[in-house]
Amino acid sequence: MAHATDTTSTETTRRDFLMLATGAAGVVSLGAVVVPLVSQLAPDAQTIAAGAPMDVDLAPIAEGQAIKLFWRGKLIFVRHRTKKEIDEALAVDISTLRDPQTDQQRTKPGHEPFLIVYGNCTHLGCVPLGNSPGDPKGDFDGWFCPCHGSHYDSSGRIRKGPAPLNLPVPPYAFSADTKIRIG
Amino acid sequence: MSGHSSYVPKSGIERWLDVRLPIVRLMHDSAVSYPTPRNLNYFWTFGGILTFMLVAQIVTGIILAMHYTPQSTLAFNSVEHIMRDVNYGWLLRYLHANGASMFFVAVYVHIFRGLYYGSYKAPREVLWILGVVIFLLMMATAFMGYVLPWGQMSFWGATVITNLFSALPVIGETIVTFLWGGYSVDNPTLNRFFSLHYLLPFMIFGVVILHIWALHVVGQNNPTGVEVKNVAKDTVPFTPYATIKDIFAMVVFTIVFSWFVFYQPNFMGHADNYIPANPAVTPSHIVPEWYFLPFYAILRAIPDKLGGVVAMGSAIVVLAFLPWIDTSKVRSMSYRPIARQLFWAFVAVCIGLGYLGAMPAEGGYVTASQIFTVLYFGFFVALFIIGLFERPQALPNSIADSVLDTLKGGSGARLATATASEPNAKG
Repeated sequence: MAHATDTTSTETTRRDFLMLATGAAGVVSLGAVVVPLVSQLAPDAQTIAAGAPMDVDLAPIAEGQAIKLFWRGKLIFVRHRTKKEIDEALAVDISTLRDPQTDQQRTKPGHEPFLIVYGNCTHLGCVPLGNSPGDPKGDFDGWFCPCHGSHYDSSGRIRKGPAPLNLPVPPYAFSADTKIRIG
Repeated sequence: MSGHSSYVPKSGIERWLDVRLPIVRLMHDSAVSYPTPRNLNYFWTFGGILTFMLVAQIVTGIILAMHYTPQSTLAFNSVEHIMRDVNYGWLLRYLHANGASMFFVAVYVHIFRGLYYGSYKAPREVLWILGVVIFLLMMATAFMGYVLPWGQMSFWGATVITNLFSALPVIGETIVTFLWGGYSVDNPTLNRFFSLHYLLPFMIFGVVILHIWALHVVGQNNPTGVEVKNVAKDTVPFTPYATIKDIFAMVVFTIVFSWFVFYQPNFMGHADNYIPANPAVTPSHIVPEWYFLPFYAILRAIPDKLGGVVAMGSAIVVLAFLPWIDTSKVRSMSYRPIARQLFWAFVAVCIGLGYLGAMPAEGGYVTASQIFTVLYFGFFVALFIIGLFERPQALPNSIADSVLDTLKGGSGARLATATASEPNAKG
């Protein structure tokens, strides 16, 4: 600008201060605008409220049977394992596993027959097969994901295929001998 | 390439407007008098076809949005409502769904044409990169559009693709939750995908304008790859030559498009998507739409989650670096004996990957996908190396020379009539 004062001066002027203050105020304002714009993408209050703890009665699930249920919109498998399946899960040398976990870490003591895991493959989220009697159960008597070929064992641990992790165990506790509370 | 404007306002209104907003001048200079190389072949008509397809998708899409409900319990039925109750709803939806596939047919021809004739080389790097950006936006738009009918493939496609982001270390899970707006793909996901599916075509439109702008700055490439040296001898005006040719190609393209719409409207879809979304059951065989299959095959070929995602992303991003990967000074592969064979091998690899992407992820298919993935990336390495030693064939002195040579080879009698104004010489 033609009317600008001495621009070659190295002295700190009131104009420098105003420039910095304006710039800083601009950055802060921009941040303040971005927060609500991004935050609205997160799960809303209704979705979070729908995630309250849930009681499930396990008594009707016969040995060898598995059920699917939803908690917080996520699929959960509850499997009443057979003796053979439990033995197989216990017999595994955990040092050979991709995501090393013992079967004890994945079940509650005294309730070993019941395996409760999230029902979405840890690869890309498909639902592995293996709950219904006719389903393929993979090479390890657990689940087989048809999308990209991941095999889970009878403890829901990843044994083969592209998935990186075991089927996670949701937070739950036994409230009675055959009753659990998820959440 | 664009010289001085040759626009002369004819009427008083045009003169009045020209000094206030020279929009007629802009259109005249870019679509009428704009010089196009006279040797362009029909592969150069796909830019026009793509513009047509973008407009067609926007028009049919806006109308479909008037009848569609982006709500997880209503979406599937609203699509059936469009098919059964809305006047010509079946036609509009089939035009839109098949239009997406035809859009990709055209864009793949357009990309491979650019690849073969070296259209990415200096000074067209920015033009090419803008094209890659459009391609990425198209993929995002097509993916989100496929989610909207809320069928089984919609739901599980959305689950698988959004889960790709969970492969990112540390922030992956948070990103996925923010994409979903919940703990799984659900109503909030559908709502935001609908919003973005409506937005992205207009972003594509914006980048297309930049793409055409960049094109008009550097000028079109041509089958010889030799730059225009003499505008009078080497080029013809865009109108009528390119305009008529583009319209003819568009008509032929539309015939193929119509054949799908009227005779095979579900050929490129999946029967599973006529089953309403069910979060408890995954279809036994999940495959994306055909135009994503090669990239899907690369994703599945890598036996590691993050590795697969990175490989798939790289397969697309590597295209943007082509101007610097290809070391040859010669643009057109017509004059590059080794690169030309490499190009066709690459086309075969892409088709092979597409086939493998549609097959189940087990046994020999996985091994084959891994081999083809290596070959896919190998193409770019080979292109870099070959350019260093390949001996290209002699280039014509000019576009006009190459046209005359072709005519000489074809028919001696034609030579006498091959003047600068001979329109047949352009093909």
